[in-house]
Amino acid sequence: MEELFRISYPVAAADYVNAGKASTDIKRRLKQLGVGGDVLRRVAVASYEVELNLVIHSMGGELTLTVFPDEAQLVSADVGPGIPDVDMAMREGFSTANDEARSLGFGAGMGLPNMKRNADDFSITSELGKGTTISMSFKLAQ
Amino acid sequence: MTIADMVNILNAKVLLGEDKLDTPVYTACCSDLMSDVLAFVDEKTVLITGLTNPHVVRTSEMLDLKCLVFVRGKIPTDDILENAQEQGLVVITSKLTAFSACGLLYDAGLRGVPVPTAWDTED
Repeated sequence: MEELFRISYPVAAADYVNAGKASTDIKRRLKQLGVGGDVLRRVAVASYEVELNLVIHSMGGELTLTVFPDEAQLVSADVGPGIPDVDMAMREGFSTANDEARSLGFGAGMGLPNMKRNADDFSITSELGKGTTISMSFKLAQ
Repeated sequence: MTIADMVNILNAKVLLGEDKLDTPVYTACCSDLMSDVLAFVDEKTVLITGLTNPHVVRTSEMLDLKCLVFVRGKIPTDDILENAQEQGLVVITSKLTAFSACGLLYDAGLRGVPVPTAWDTED
């Protein structure tokens, strides 16, 4: 499948001030490519959730958007610390977010389930001490 | 109702979007928990909140919300308002508490957004 566009954003750990800027840019770029409506909103929400997860939980990582003619892919890859129990992390309401994240209105334990709900395809792999990779894809209307 | 009606009902001050007050509104949600707003809100609606940080505006941006209503007289800082302006959001603030604001708007016909909960999939 022909790749139309690819861009990566470094996301720093605990950078709450800039958290969300990558997702704002992702939404803007997709809009420029003619993506709109429900799918644009779903990509934006999932992107913001995964970007916040990088800021809140990871030691830093990268968010990459790749656009194909019929699909957008979002991949978040971080450098640790890894998730001890992925099944538990996927449960609604389970959260290990710190007080700073909670004070901003996050840490309700909805992030990962919400990404899965918004993406057409969702996968997560994590290894303690190595890091976590989350891949999501979204079908684009032709 | 329109956003202008909400302004009247809540005796609110318009901080941004004076030119969009004739926008119709049918539903609203009220939360200080942006995680839940991101997870439960599926439509272009109104967010009533007492939380004033940049993520309230970012959450509104991702969900394409129409209007932000700050309660308890809260006014966000200028940089947050600038961000909201870039997105074309209508922003109003009311001295009422969230409870009273929601009660008055409900009484006037505004309804909550339909929210899918875990209960819906248990049966």
